[in-house]
Amino acid sequence: MIIVLGLITAIMGVLLGYVYNVTKDPIAAVQKEKINKAIQEVVPGFDSLSESYRVAALNDPDSLTFFDCYKNGEWMGTAVETFDKNGFSGLIKIMVGFNTNGDIIKTATLKHSETPGLGEKMDNKKSDFSAQFSGKNPDTFKLTVKKDGGEVDAITAATISSRAYCRSLDRAYQAFKAQKGGVQ
Amino acid sequence: MEYVLIIITAIFVNNIVLAQFLGICPFLGVSKKVETALGMGAAVIFVMVLATTVTWLVQTYILGPLGLDFLRTLAFILIIAGLVQMVEIILKKIAPALYQALGIFLPLITTNCAVLGIALLTIQNGYDLGKSVVFATATAIGFTFALVLFAGIREQMETSDIPEGLKGTPIALITAGLLAMAFMGFSGLV
Amino acid sequence: MNQWKNFTKGLIKENPILVLVLGTCPTLAVTTSAVNGLGMGLATTFVLVMSNIFISLLKNLISDNIRIPAYIVIIAAFVTIIDLVMQAYLPDIHESLGIFIPLIVVNCIVLGRAEAFANKNNVLSSTVDGLGMGLGFALALTVMGSIREILGSLSIFGYKFAEGDGILIFVLAPGAFIVFGFLMAIAQKLIKKK
Repeated sequence: MIIVLGLITAIMGVLLGYVYNVTKDPIAAVQKEKINKAIQEVVPGFDSLSESYRVAALNDPDSLTFFDCYKNGEWMGTAVETFDKNGFSGLIKIMVGFNTNGDIIKTATLKHSETPGLGEKMDNKKSDFSAQFSGKNPDTFKLTVKKDGGEVDAITAATISSRAYCRSLDRAYQAFKAQKGGVQ
Repeated sequence: MEYVLIIITAIFVNNIVLAQFLGICPFLGVSKKVETALGMGAAVIFVMVLATTVTWLVQTYILGPLGLDFLRTLAFILIIAGLVQMVEIILKKIAPALYQALGIFLPLITTNCAVLGIALLTIQNGYDLGKSVVFATATAIGFTFALVLFAGIREQMETSDIPEGLKGTPIALITAGLLAMAFMGFSGLV
Repeated sequence: MNQWKNFTKGLIKENPILVLVLGTCPTLAVTTSAVNGLGMGLATTFVLVMSNIFISLLKNLISDNIRIPAYIVIIAAFVTIIDLVMQAYLPDIHESLGIFIPLIVVNCIVLGRAEAFANKNNVLSSTVDGLGMGLGFALALTVMGSIREILGSLSIFGYKFAEGDGILIFVLAPGAFIVFGFLMAIAQKLIKKK
């Protein structure tokens, strides 16, 4: 009885291990491709990219991933992969590009599970919610929704998602400022 | 403050049954009487908190460090099935009264996707142990809350005149839809 | 047993969702669009067919008292396989189905068919049964996804046929319950007529 159960588990384990090995590389490639696409979207026009590095986030044990972008050997901006854990349906991941002044160039959504038709609009393909951040510097543009006294127009009926989006951008900016030693 | 937010969100705003659609089977199956709904709810609270704690530990100290993330689903479902069995045996021995009350609901919980769902969600959301436990507790309370409310409505419906085609599950689903609509009102809370 | 009959029973007469009312969670959660419904339906079909084949192959080996854990291991393994494969080759659909892929494990249809059919019948019948049930599930999911997408976002399979926002409530949670309720009522009516 136990032998049979063990045998089944072993067969399934071998099968699983095999599939895992076959799909490991495509999965990694898909994810890398996605990140690269997002970087190109939020910091357009770079010709080389630094190795990614992790920067500690304020108020959270998890760190953020930074990608420095260079053009003709000169630093032209940084793409930051940031996140917030309190979206309407949990974790959201955002890629945000800063230029050398710390202005937001553009933002793109990497991962979210927000409500279709509502919070989903944080994705720049679904609505122009995220366009309002472009060209803004978080030092002068208060990154909270208007309902909370900030300057961000929240997505209608999706305040929680909008707040999470703002928090993730703010988290990226704070880390960016700390990392780059104030802004040049 | 963050904990309060998690609790309110899990119970009202993002209610596991009415907004996330986990645990619909027991929601439709054992919601004919308020009394059984309460029993099921209590059993779910118990198992969900226990299962989330154990799966979190297994993920953080065994699967994560060994790079065996792809075994997560398999490991979690076995842990949950094992836990349910164990709880059943222990309860029978040390708390027969409680076993009498919860007993028949326990085996049903293994196939309750809410338990596995929450175990997976806490990992996906990157919660630490404290937050995971709070999240699991609040979610389970939310489940019980929805279940009891729904059972109350269904008890009333017993005596109402329902069109032939809608009798049984269809009218229950439509009622659940209206309840879900009411719960959407809570999203203004946070 | 007539294999054709065996196959078609899952599509309508014993449709797992509309008649047997099994596997309601993914039905409600992922049918926000027709593509999602179809993707989920096909993923479940794969798991259902594979686990039915394996279980009917092993039915003489698995004694009664270890039945459930053995089934769960087999099902969970195939769920993980489809999860990995979709992640690698269909990342977009995988993303939007999210947590509901691993949750196929606890979809009562899969375990239900293993218990009710695969452990009593031969490999061929079990395969056909899995296929029929799976496609019936996929069909119901796609129909529901289409209805919700048409009403809620004025599009079908991602193709937008009119401007504007649609009746948002159908994409949201309450719409799922209500559409499901009416679909089931229609199915009940149709079956009773026959």
